[in-house]
Amino acid sequence: MIVLRDVVATLGQFPALSGATMSVDRGDIVLLRGPNGAGKTTLLRLCAGLVPVVRGTARVLGFDLSTDRERVRPHVGLLGHQNGLYADLTVEENVRFWGATVGATETEIIAAMDRMDVAGRLASMSVAKLSAGQKRRAALAGLVARRAEIWLLDEPHAGLDQRGRDELDSTLRQAAGSGATILVASHELDRTESLATRIVDVVAGQVVPPGDVEAETNRT
Amino acid sequence: MSTWRTAWLIAKKDLRIERRSRIITNQVVPFAGVTMIIFGFALDANTDVLELVAPGLVWLATMFSLLLLVQRTFSLESEDGALDAMRVAGVDARAIFLGKAIGLTVQLLALEVLLLFAAVILYGETIRLDGAVLLVTTLLSATCGLAAVGTLYGGLAVGNSGRETLLPLLTLPAVAPVLIGATRAVESALGTGVAELSDGWQWVSLLTVFAVAFGVGGSLAFGPLIDE
Repeated sequence: MIVLRDVVATLGQFPALSGATMSVDRGDIVLLRGPNGAGKTTLLRLCAGLVPVVRGTARVLGFDLSTDRERVRPHVGLLGHQNGLYADLTVEENVRFWGATVGATETEIIAAMDRMDVAGRLASMSVAKLSAGQKRRAALAGLVARRAEIWLLDEPHAGLDQRGRDELDSTLRQAAGSGATILVASHELDRTESLATRIVDVVAGQVVPPGDVEAETNRT
Repeated sequence: MSTWRTAWLIAKKDLRIERRSRIITNQVVPFAGVTMIIFGFALDANTDVLELVAPGLVWLATMFSLLLLVQRTFSLESEDGALDAMRVAGVDARAIFLGKAIGLTVQLLALEVLLLFAAVILYGETIRLDGAVLLVTTLLSATCGLAAVGTLYGGLAVGNSGRETLLPLLTLPAVAPVLIGATRAVESALGTGVAELSDGWQWVSLLTVFAVAFGVGGSLAFGPLIDE
């Protein structure tokens, strides 16, 4: 799904990634961990086709990010600190809007809301009235409705209470089980390590190749 | 999805949000109305003068209101990162531009009709039946131009920390040709002063060229403008 080899990327003049190498398979939940400024967010944005590849090889879903960045974008969903929702619309209207951008069918939209557990009473609620966790689920339903195969999540647990975090973890496990590939950049290691199937360390723009959780945890 | 279908989807979404939030009816329309009243105070409520300058005052009030509408339409997109999300989702930037511009056009047209009625009530302006076609054509062409400029500069300012002050600075000089052309054309349509009905059409031509230039140019430039 994602293959990076010696990828160099810059933010302005600042070298954000300097030789990143990693690969991610379908259905993986990969935790990107590292200190602030290590390049985790840049790595997510690069995989979303938002940051250009300066050097090296980067392929997402078979598309070369050096030449086909625009073609990668419809297949990935990037959720940062914001949810990309319209507060004055209901959950259903938001999910329908995002689904409609790719021509999703009625069945797909309903399935997306069911899968993220925002159907029923929640669907008709204004986004402005939702809790932080419910907003996250509504945003993820939008990703499902627009058929995003790769989910790139930057600090997804931020701002959520314990219940919201548990719900989100459960949602992500379900999504990965259904074939979504998920990259999570997080500081909250205790929580995210238990969620991840693989862990990748990002340090000073360098990426340590992923291993299984146990091996990585023992190593650190 | 085609560019136009996506644009229509975005315009419908914007109009639905505005209908529900009532920001236009509760804030923008009162602001435009107060502006019209204050113009009357500034000109000493002299009916002869007000009647003469009414078309210009209507367009000035429209332009000030345009700034509010553009700020509003882009704050919808930026407050929870929806514009970024659209770009990540690969939504065609031309469709975003056209959708936002269509939404703005509809809102501006509704506002302009209200402002014309305000000019009739407050300034004693009269609307002639034989100038109706020219008036409607002027409203449409001028509004398309205003919406295109507003969307273009709104998109440019949205990622800027000083967008509240940057937007008027960019927009007002750019829409000056619309202010001049639309004022002259409406003067002709209403028969204000010595203006002849036939004189208005050349100004409509200018407004149409302006709208097409900013519509086409804006849709092409919008992607690079909002991308990093």
